[in-house]
Amino acid sequence: MTTTALETKTAEKKRDRYSAGVMEYRKMGYWQPDYEPKDTDVIALFRVTPQDGVDPIEASAAVAGESSTATWTVVWTDRLTACDKYRAKCYRVDPVPNTPGSWFAYIAYDLDLFENGSIANLSASIIGNVFGFKPLKALRLEDMRLPVAYVKTFDGPATGIVVERERLDKFGRPLLGATVKPKLGLSGRNYGRVVYEALKGGLDFTKDDENINSQPFMHWRERFLYCMEAVNKAQAATGEVKGTYLNVTAGTMEDMYERAEFAKQLGSNIIMIDLVIGYTAIQSMSKWARRNDMILHLHRAGHSTYTRQKSHGVSFRVITKWMRLAGVDHIHAGTVVGKLEGDPYTTKGYYDLCREDFVPQNLAHGIFFDQPWASTRKLMPVASGGIHAGQMHQLIDLLGEDVVLQFGGGTIGHPMGIQAGAQANRVALEAMIFARNEGRDILSEGPEILKAAARHCMPLKQALDTWKDVTFNYTSTDTPDFVPQVTAAE
Amino acid sequence: MRITQGAFSFLPDLTDEQIAKQIQYCIDKGWAVNIEFTDDPHPRNTYWEMWGMPMFDVKDAAGVLFELNECRKTYGGRNYIRVTAFDSTHTWESVRLSFITDRPAEEPGFALDRQEVDGRNVRYTTRSYAAMSRPEGARY
Repeated sequence: MTTTALETKTAEKKRDRYSAGVMEYRKMGYWQPDYEPKDTDVIALFRVTPQDGVDPIEASAAVAGESSTATWTVVWTDRLTACDKYRAKCYRVDPVPNTPGSWFAYIAYDLDLFENGSIANLSASIIGNVFGFKPLKALRLEDMRLPVAYVKTFDGPATGIVVERERLDKFGRPLLGATVKPKLGLSGRNYGRVVYEALKGGLDFTKDDENINSQPFMHWRERFLYCMEAVNKAQAATGEVKGTYLNVTAGTMEDMYERAEFAKQLGSNIIMIDLVIGYTAIQSMSKWARRNDMILHLHRAGHSTYTRQKSHGVSFRVITKWMRLAGVDHIHAGTVVGKLEGDPYTTKGYYDLCREDFVPQNLAHGIFFDQPWASTRKLMPVASGGIHAGQMHQLIDLLGEDVVLQFGGGTIGHPMGIQAGAQANRVALEAMIFARNEGRDILSEGPEILKAAARHCMPLKQALDTWKDVTFNYTSTDTPDFVPQVTAAE
Repeated sequence: MRITQGAFSFLPDLTDEQIAKQIQYCIDKGWAVNIEFTDDPHPRNTYWEMWGMPMFDVKDAAGVLFELNECRKTYGGRNYIRVTAFDSTHTWESVRLSFITDRPAEEPGFALDRQEVDGRNVRYTTRSYAAMSRPEGARY
C-alpha cells in the first residue's frame, strides 16, 4: 500500500470510529491485546463478573472505558484531545481459576490521568463510577501496580517503622499494645486507669477504639488529659518510652486539627485516625503528623464492608498500598489466628506491602504485580482482635517482629488484673523472640517455651491456663485464587 | 525498680552464655555489635557512652563478650551496660536489636515532675533520681 493509500485508510477508520452513535467499548480502543504497558503506567487488575450473555472482553473493555475517558456513546470532542493516550487499555483478560463466569482484567492507565499525590483522584478514577455499571454483575479491584513515577509524588508514612523504633527506643521485638475496654462508657478518669495499669505492667502502647471520639460519658479533652497523666506516670515507673493512641477522629477537619494540637501540647508521641474519615482527611493528618513529629495510627474502621467478599469491592491489598502512599504509620492488617477475617497467605501479602521496599509478584499471596516502593518509609502493621499470649509463637512466626501485637481482652481480661495481663504478654513476647534468636524452632517448640517462661512469671501461667483453648477457626472468605504448585524435583 | 528498656528486660538476668547466643544471632545477620554504658538511663537519653566502636569485623561472639567483660571491669555494678546491633541494609540503616546486659546494684528509678499550667494542663518532666543529686560518673 502506498503512503497516500495508508493515510486514506487511517482517515476512514477514524471517521468510522467517531461517527455518532453507540459502539462496543472493545472497538473504541479500550481493548488492546497487543498493548505493552509502559513503566510509568498505573495498572489495575479487576475481577470482572459480567451479566449473563455479556462477552467478558467487552465487559473488561467497558471497565477500562468507564474508569477513564469513555461515556456510553461516541463523542466528537474526543478528537480535540490526545485521546489515544488518555484511554485506559485493557490488554489481558484471563478466566479466574475455578470460578466460572469471572475474569481477571488487566487495565493500563497513562500516568497523566492522575493528579500527583492524591489518593482521592486516583480512587475517583479507578473505582469512581464503574462499580455500578449495569452490564456487570459484580466487580472487584484486586490489585494495582503503582509505578515509581507515581509513588514518588507521595510523601509516604510520616514516621515509618525505623524512625518510630528510634523514637520509642525499642528494637528487635514486636511492639505490644492493647485497646482500652470496655470501649464505650468509661469516664476519663477510669479510662486513664486502664492505660496506666497496662503500660506500667509492660505494654508499649494503649489504644482508643475506633468509635471513641467525644461522647456524653467522656469528652475528648478529659480522655486526653487523663491518658497523658497515665502515660507519663508509667514512663517514670518503668524508665521506658510509652504511648497511647489518642483518637482524633471527629466530624470536621477543624475539630481533628484541634484535637491533634492538644495531643501534641500534652506531649503525646502518637495520635490515631479512623479510615472512615476519608482519603483526603487521612492525607491531611499525615502532613500534620510530619510537621509535628507525631506517629499516625490508622484504624481500618469500615473496610470490611468492601474488602471482605471476593466477588465485589476493593481488596484490602489495594487499601494497604493507598495507605502507605497516603502516609499513615500504623495500619491494622490482620492477625490470621484472631477473631477477624484473615487467610494466612493473603495476610502475608498485606504485611509485605507494608514493610518491604520491593514486593515481587506472588500469586499465592494475592500479589499480582511487582511493586517497587522506591524507599517510601515502611508502614507498621498492627495485629489486633482476639489474640492472646498462648499464640505468641504462631504470631511471631506468621507476622515477624516489625508489627504491633495488640492484646485487648488478653490484657484487660487477665484474672489477676491489667498489670498482670500486660506482664504476661510481655514475658511471653520476650521469651519467644529470645528463643527464636537462639535458633530454636518456635513454631513447634512454642508451647514449651511459653511453659518454661511461665515458671518465673505467675501471670503468664495464669494467662495460659485461662485462654489455652480459645481459637477462632473459621474459613476465610478472602483467599488467594492461585495455590502454589508443587513441581517435581529434577 | 527495674528499668525495662531493651528487648529482654522482662526475662531473668542473662547469663554470659545466653548473651553470646544473642550476639552471635546478630553477627550471623551481618549486623555490627557494639557495647554502650551509662549512669543516666533516662528514657530519652539516646546516646549512651560507647565502649569503643561497633565491632564491624568481629565474626565470633566471643570477641564481643571479651570487650563486654573489659567494660564490666570498669563500669560493672555501677552503670547500665547494653549491647546494640546495627544493620546497614538500605531502607533500615539503624539499630536492629538492643538489650541490657548489666545493671547497677541498685536502681533508684525516676521522679515525675508535674508543672500545673493553663486550665487542667500539666507539663510532665521525667528525672532520673541518680542524675538529680550527683554529677556524671559519681551516680551509683
